[in-house]
Amino acid sequence: MKIGVVTFPGSNCDYDCYRAARELLDAETVYLWHRSHDLQGVDAVFLPGGFSYGDYLRAGAIASLSPIMKEVRVFADEGGPVVGICNGFQILCEAGMLPGALIRNRSLKFSSRNVHLRVEQSVAPYTSSYEVGRLLTVPIAHGEGCYVAPDEVLAELERDGRVIFRYCDAEGSVTPEANPNGSARNIAGITNAAGNVLGMMPHPERAVDPLLGTLDGVGLFQSLASYLAAV
Amino acid sequence: MAFNVEVRVVPRRGILDPQGKAVQGALSTLGFGGVGEVHVGRLVRLEIDARSAEEAQERAVSMCRQLLANPVTEDFEVEVLQGAGSGR
Repeated sequence: MKIGVVTFPGSNCDYDCYRAARELLDAETVYLWHRSHDLQGVDAVFLPGGFSYGDYLRAGAIASLSPIMKEVRVFADEGGPVVGICNGFQILCEAGMLPGALIRNRSLKFSSRNVHLRVEQSVAPYTSSYEVGRLLTVPIAHGEGCYVAPDEVLAELERDGRVIFRYCDAEGSVTPEANPNGSARNIAGITNAAGNVLGMMPHPERAVDPLLGTLDGVGLFQSLASYLAAV
Repeated sequence: MAFNVEVRVVPRRGILDPQGKAVQGALSTLGFGGVGEVHVGRLVRLEIDARSAEEAQERAVSMCRQLLANPVTEDFEVEVLQGAGSGR
């Protein structure tokens, strides 16, 4: 098993992803430089959080055109697992690999804190080790995490079970108060139609060690590990 | 010939624009009455080499579609400025 973590100029969660993948998946893990065209034979790709290209123009817009993204797109088209976390989610939307867009938080504030998530789907490759309805505590840290998409796209996401995580309160209720950024339908994470590309604003890679206060991100890595072990 | 082109990108109507809302609130705090909706966008000035104003316009539109504007959340206008091509 080999995992790749893409580093763009301005990525700042690449080491967190690297460490989580290496230690939780016990996998060979490599950094992939944004200017490279070589995925080095990895079995899954992480697009980490950060502020690629200083969020110039729009968050993720410039990074979505990086040389490595051509290869990431081909890899995803062939069914390879690709996870975009925070800035990585923004990059996937800008690249058109996930529908919709992430705009400025409704509060206009950068929000960095733990939030509650509800697991909406228990599916490979990312959430099979969680049961549906499981509540997770996972940190967010973003200023542009408000997910928007045309109504027909939102309906399609719901209908096809592609909303994977939703913001909720400590009891698991999906309420406007529990929505940290104004995202449509409290959406925190979605997949593409094939299910192999996941984008999410919260940071599972920062919820993998007792020192970090929560271990609720571990399941995502375990799910991916069992998926990769089976293919 | 080089043409000076201005691209104006604004949040699409109906899409949440918290920045516009905040500015609207601040204007009202300052005592500016009668201000309706406010939308904050971005202005991109480009110098484009083209054979004609039409070609400069077309190229700028193509740039907007591919990069300068987000097709999900933003609308854009392209203007090739008068007197372009003078100088360079």
